[in-house]
Amino acid sequence: MPEPGAAPGVRGVRRARGTRAYLRAIGAIVWKDMAAEFRSRELLGAMLVFALLVVLIFNFALELDAAARATVTSGVLWVTFAFAGTLGLNRSMSVEKDRGCLDGLLLAPVDRSALFFGKAIGNLVFMLVVEAIVLPIYSLLYNVNLLLPGMLGAILLGSLGYVVVGTLLAAMAVQARTRDVLLPILLFPVILPVLVAAVKATTGFLQGLETADILPWIQLMVAFDVIFTAVAFMVFDFVVEE
Amino acid sequence: MISVRQLVKNFGLKPVLRGLDLTVAEGEFVALVGPNGAGKTTLLRILATLSRASLGQVHIAGFELPAHAAEVRRRLGVVSHQPLLYGDLTAEENLRFYARLYDLSGVEGRVTEVLELVGLAARRRDLVRQFSRGMQQRLTIARAILHDPEVLLLDEPHTGLDQDASAMLDDALRQVAARGRTVVMTSHDLNRAADLASRIDILSRGRIAGSLPKAEIDLARLPEIYRAVTHA
Amino acid sequence: MGASPRGLKFLSWASVLMFGVASYLALVYAPREAVMGDVQRVFYFHVSAGWVGGLAFLTAAVAGVGYLLRGRRSWDQVALSSVEIGIAFTFINIVTGSIWARPIWNTWWTWDPRLVTATVMLLLYAAYLLLRQGIDDPDRRARFGAVYAIVGFLSVPLTFLSIRIFRTIHPVVIGNNDPTAQGAFDMTPRMLQAFLFSLLTFTVIYLTLLWHRTRLQRLSEHVEERKLKLLGG
Repeated sequence: MPEPGAAPGVRGVRRARGTRAYLRAIGAIVWKDMAAEFRSRELLGAMLVFALLVVLIFNFALELDAAARATVTSGVLWVTFAFAGTLGLNRSMSVEKDRGCLDGLLLAPVDRSALFFGKAIGNLVFMLVVEAIVLPIYSLLYNVNLLLPGMLGAILLGSLGYVVVGTLLAAMAVQARTRDVLLPILLFPVILPVLVAAVKATTGFLQGLETADILPWIQLMVAFDVIFTAVAFMVFDFVVEE
Repeated sequence: MISVRQLVKNFGLKPVLRGLDLTVAEGEFVALVGPNGAGKTTLLRILATLSRASLGQVHIAGFELPAHAAEVRRRLGVVSHQPLLYGDLTAEENLRFYARLYDLSGVEGRVTEVLELVGLAARRRDLVRQFSRGMQQRLTIARAILHDPEVLLLDEPHTGLDQDASAMLDDALRQVAARGRTVVMTSHDLNRAADLASRIDILSRGRIAGSLPKAEIDLARLPEIYRAVTHA
Repeated sequence: MGASPRGLKFLSWASVLMFGVASYLALVYAPREAVMGDVQRVFYFHVSAGWVGGLAFLTAAVAGVGYLLRGRRSWDQVALSSVEIGIAFTFINIVTGSIWARPIWNTWWTWDPRLVTATVMLLLYAAYLLLRQGIDDPDRRARFGAVYAIVGFLSVPLTFLSIRIFRTIHPVVIGNNDPTAQGAFDMTPRMLQAFLFSLLTFTVIYLTLLWHRTRLQRLSEHVEERKLKLLGG
């Protein structure tokens, strides 16, 4: 008969082991995506080339002088990231679906949400890598300093919201017949608020506005990120199980 | 070990499994045969916790599905005709990934152990993309037994394998089964089923239509019996 | 399953009647607005249609939650019906908004929060239908529809907020006493009556259509079932 004090301790150990297994699973998935991508470099290559092409096209399509350019920089950047992002999301989920690997993940004795967080973090890292490369290049090409701390924070928050919703919807889109076309159609109406907020916040930091003016946008992004992370966590099960 | 009672599975309005009963005792090797569309893969997916029954009861290793699915998964190894492997990773990286996913301790030792068991130790640092189908299938088995499961489910594992590869697979299966594991394997090949299994169950139109223990199997008459049962 | 149940027949008649009365109230009974003239009468139908569009989306999201939790097909049938009806009414909302905007602000389109949100809602509805169309398995179709309805519904208030913080030129209708505000107007008691009755009418029409559409789905599934049985499934 265990001592009265031992029971909560045992439960604590079991809970700790469960949490450790959970985090370990997330880590394993993230590492797996990184390692596979490092070998093939298909995904990042595609996203990067696409992103740079879009930036180039915008340059010729919009034909702006330096002053006008300052106001549209954020918009151009975010449209670029949004479209390059769908490539990454689609690809990341296709890898699992096509070789049946999704089943391999579903067989693991770990909560489904671990799969979601693992994929989402992987997607976020890819997106941040692309952004990290596009931003300096844009800075150089158009002589604009884009590497301001506030701005980087805004980009992080925006990317987070995008990736959370994107991973959830990509998991659904990849199981439909119309897979490639479907993801942007599903995704863009839903992430509109975070996109608008990201663009406005980025512009705010670029133009050196007062923090008080930029704050509502930051708050909106945080609210979006929190709400949809919670929702994705709750419904992901229904999206991957049969 | 496995107990299925009155299992019903509908896809929308279409019934696939219609009140199926199945019992598999510990250590048994059951081969499930039957025509296409009989529901073999559906049944296996439900046992593998990848799909949910519409009605009926399923118990594996004493745990009820779908309520205790996570517990069941810990004790299940699954081999389907898709390899469930990542082509861009090496054999050992694939195994290490799954070992971490299953929260195993002593990862390196275990990975080496199963690689040796399926005869792939020499190719551990090669990319899975470069493996032949037979080698992939062997690696898949290695992956399936990584966490030393009590129950092994195989869905037509010999699909796409040539003579040699099939023979190697059979060897691996016999070794695995010899350790007292419970095995359920679906197959198209009556002869192979008779060779490996301790019992053949015939699935037809969503139910188990016939069950033949090894002792009673007469290889010559097997195709006849099969035809009779499935066309009844 | 024979003819419509009596409740549904009653509702259908009530809808037709109420619409007639609402039209009379909006087009004849309510006074002519001082600044904008007769075109302002569109407002009664415009806001009511918008209200139904939002209500339909809320219903779809709630039905989605119901399906995920309970798994009964009726939840999914209600969700799909609601989305289909919602698309129609949201479209009416946008078009009547344009009709109203043209003479007042000399433009067919204004980038204000309410109009943009209505458009985004239309896009979400359309995406919902496209998602369902691309999935063959009926259970998965219902489940994915439910998830998207929930996700989409939650994003709508945030979209509204984001555009609201962005810019505003939509008239603030209820209770704004500032006559210089562009497009604003005070509602006299007769206008208020017409407005409220319009809201009620459209809600009844929505419920009637919802019932009809859900019933239609049930009947069609019934036919499918019979067909399968006959073909020796």
